[in-house]
Amino acid sequence: MKKYWSFFRIRFIRGLQYRTAALSGMVTQFVWGSMEILLFRAFYQASPESFPMTFEALSTYVWLQQAFLALYMVWFWESELFNSITTGDVAYELCRPVRLYDMWFVRGLAVRLSKAVLRCMPILIVSWFLPAPYGLTLPGDVKIWAVTILSMTLGLLLIVAFNMIVYMSVFYTVSSQGIKLFVTSLAEFLSGSVIPLPFLPDHVRTIVELLPFASAQNVPFRIFAGDITGPDLTISILKQTFWLFAFVLIGRYLEKRALKRVVIQGG
Amino acid sequence: MKSIRLYVIFFLMHLKSMMQHKVSFFITLIGQFLISFNVFLGVYFMMTRFHQVKGFSYSEVLLCFSITLMAFTLAETVFRSLDTFETIIGNGEFDRILLRPKNSLFLVLCSKVDLTRFGRLIQAVVMLVYGICYSSINWTPLRCILVVLMILGGVCVFGAIYLIFACLCFFTLEGLEFMNVFTDGAREYGKYPIGIYGKTVLFICTYLVPFALFQYYPFLYLTGKSDNLWYSLLPLFSALFLIPAFLLWKLGLKHYQSTGS
Repeated sequence: MKKYWSFFRIRFIRGLQYRTAALSGMVTQFVWGSMEILLFRAFYQASPESFPMTFEALSTYVWLQQAFLALYMVWFWESELFNSITTGDVAYELCRPVRLYDMWFVRGLAVRLSKAVLRCMPILIVSWFLPAPYGLTLPGDVKIWAVTILSMTLGLLLIVAFNMIVYMSVFYTVSSQGIKLFVTSLAEFLSGSVIPLPFLPDHVRTIVELLPFASAQNVPFRIFAGDITGPDLTISILKQTFWLFAFVLIGRYLEKRALKRVVIQGG
Repeated sequence: MKSIRLYVIFFLMHLKSMMQHKVSFFITLIGQFLISFNVFLGVYFMMTRFHQVKGFSYSEVLLCFSITLMAFTLAETVFRSLDTFETIIGNGEFDRILLRPKNSLFLVLCSKVDLTRFGRLIQAVVMLVYGICYSSINWTPLRCILVVLMILGGVCVFGAIYLIFACLCFFTLEGLEFMNVFTDGAREYGKYPIGIYGKTVLFICTYLVPFALFQYYPFLYLTGKSDNLWYSLLPLFSALFLIPAFLLWKLGLKHYQSTGS
């Protein structure tokens, strides 16, 4: 356990070095969030009765999404990992007395967390000060905060576990390019990062909510915004847990099978 | 004339080198298509739920989306080298270009033509055809020309922004990531007519960066929401944005000191 913890710390501290990048990222995300909310405002004005959530909930969703972008965006791939498989550098990693899956999992977590830690606070604070329906609305109940944090953790682990499946698949396909692009765009839409899932038509939405990607950012942000309550809340958390276990098991199985007869590329 | 011939030669050269990795090329092409297809899906589901936004119907929004997307994609294909200008400066490539007996900006543009962006162009064309067929626009010859003008105006505006990016690299020697707000942001949010974002955004996009001049105002005339004939001339004005960008380039070039690598 200790070795994974120190590995986590190394990656985390390394991630904190990129401060200028974080600053410009923040500017971008702030503009993005504002435009998104202005866009939804136009739709809200067009017909408020067709709006599937309250406007406060939507604004909260958008700001959380921008603040924690680094945690839940599927497209934060680490090209270093892909390359290490393609070039054969992975052989060095395999020599170490640690399990590849665990090490890369910890690494993925650390990279995402360090990015998010640098960026989230200013966005959250500024959006909290914005006028009523356009800013971040905080829930009064302490229980909601606790559940949100639990759900955010599950969602983050789920996304990292999903990334791991894709990294492992490269052991079988060698070229990562195709699968990366395809999977990214599919997961993007299904996780609700293009438009929040409640905006989908009901029949599409029932299917999408059964899929694993709906268990990532969709759940915690909507819990925090007060859009998921009561029995739905428990079901959503259970679904998150289920998909997390499923993804971890699939990933670990793929890893085991790949490493049984590993072919090291390059020379 | 000679320059055009030279550009064609460069273009064919890039095409040939890309065709060396055909599978990779086509996969990237499909990937580009899929990513912007997501944006389309977002628009589609929003419009099926709300039917109209600020008086614009689904087919009108698609028409607007396609014009922005096409302008952006064409600009990105041609001006891609300016977007990655910090690498050209960083690795000393620009010093080599300065030694050649041709306009340096022209040679920079020749150094990279990114054809993988055509995945997006396919989508833009499909949406344009759909928008033209299904919107209730009363097509006159002027309106047909206007669509072309809007796209060309857009290419000029995006080109000018890329040029300004590159000029900043002369001073900072590295790329400024937040400038993406103006290109990727405009592509992302230019899918809807700019007017729907409210007065402040429209003001910025009219007087600061002239997105609205090739997108929103002419689009009002195109869809018959405004009779003001002047609006159809605005895409030409938006092209004037190239002038300050070009002057900035001249200034940057004067100040340029090699990175020494």
